[in-house]
Amino acid sequence: MAQPHRKAVLNLYKTLLYMGRDWPQGYDLFRKRLHKVFSKNSEESDPNKVLTMIKHGDFVVKEIEALYKLKKYRTIKRRYYDDN
Amino acid sequence: MARVLVGVKRVIDYAVKIRVKPDKSGVVTDGVKHSMNPFDEIAVEEAVRLKEKKIAQEVIAVSCGPAQAQETLRTALAMGADRAIHVEVTGPEYETMQPLHVAKILAKLSQDEKVDLVIVGKQAIDDDSNQTAQITAALLDWPQATFASKVEKTDAGLTVTREIDGGLEVIKTKIPAVISADLRLNEPRYATLPNIMKAKKKPMKKVPAKDLGVDLAPRIKIISVEDPPVRQAGAVVPDVDTLVAKLKEGGHI
Repeated sequence: MAQPHRKAVLNLYKTLLYMGRDWPQGYDLFRKRLHKVFSKNSEESDPNKVLTMIKHGDFVVKEIEALYKLKKYRTIKRRYYDDN
Repeated sequence: MARVLVGVKRVIDYAVKIRVKPDKSGVVTDGVKHSMNPFDEIAVEEAVRLKEKKIAQEVIAVSCGPAQAQETLRTALAMGADRAIHVEVTGPEYETMQPLHVAKILAKLSQDEKVDLVIVGKQAIDDDSNQTAQITAALLDWPQATFASKVEKTDAGLTVTREIDGGLEVIKTKIPAVISADLRLNEPRYATLPNIMKAKKKPMKKVPAKDLGVDLAPRIKIISVEDPPVRQAGAVVPDVDTLVAKLKEGGHI
């Protein structure tokens, strides 16, 4: 079976798994969902479609990064700076 | 071109619910997620940015603690520090370690490594001491710029904007100096997986604390650690009159 962009897909999967370790609802939930999404599209053999999906994945990585940053900043701000 | 030393501490992750040990001797740390103190992340980020702006030439990350402190140093390396020094402190000595001890270690390393700038987080989110930068500056007899929210290079030294009660203070300082990072100094970058992998190749030096000639004898004894008081449960009142009566009773109106 042809697996276009196999390496990029694996990299994306690994990156997302790594980021899932900080997921607020727990790593297990994140991993299950991630696995579901990837296996759902595992039969895709059109290279262009796969590329679009990888792009979407990279976007999700950036979003999660931003989410973590914001969550941390807000928590610390609430704990240390908001007197009222 | 300056050499920058950054102090990082491994603390219980900010998102973890802290539990006090039943014998009140401390908090539960076994099997609990740890990460780099958020204020130290800001300090590392600032040092790395100074390097990217070609103001700093090398960034050295330092952490004192047991073997797991190396994970925190790894994160600092992944964020862009060039090399790391792990000062090994274990067991009971680590439990009674205080800002004074850390400051002595940082001061000693600053001299050994010939650094021009020390940047640390203003406080750690576990003991909230907010002392390390100040004591380090005093021990080295260097100027201190604490609670920095902006650091700029000016001809002879640095111009630092400080967060103070109800406003900002702008100070000029020569280098060498000690800076402590406040929350608004910058937004720390995320240590990505490829960078964590690359960080494994960066040099990490291990130094036992006693080789630095620092006395780690405890200065304090922890008598008891207790939970903060639990918030009292509210009650549902049947009607407005009861509410008003209750409020009057409580002296709110």
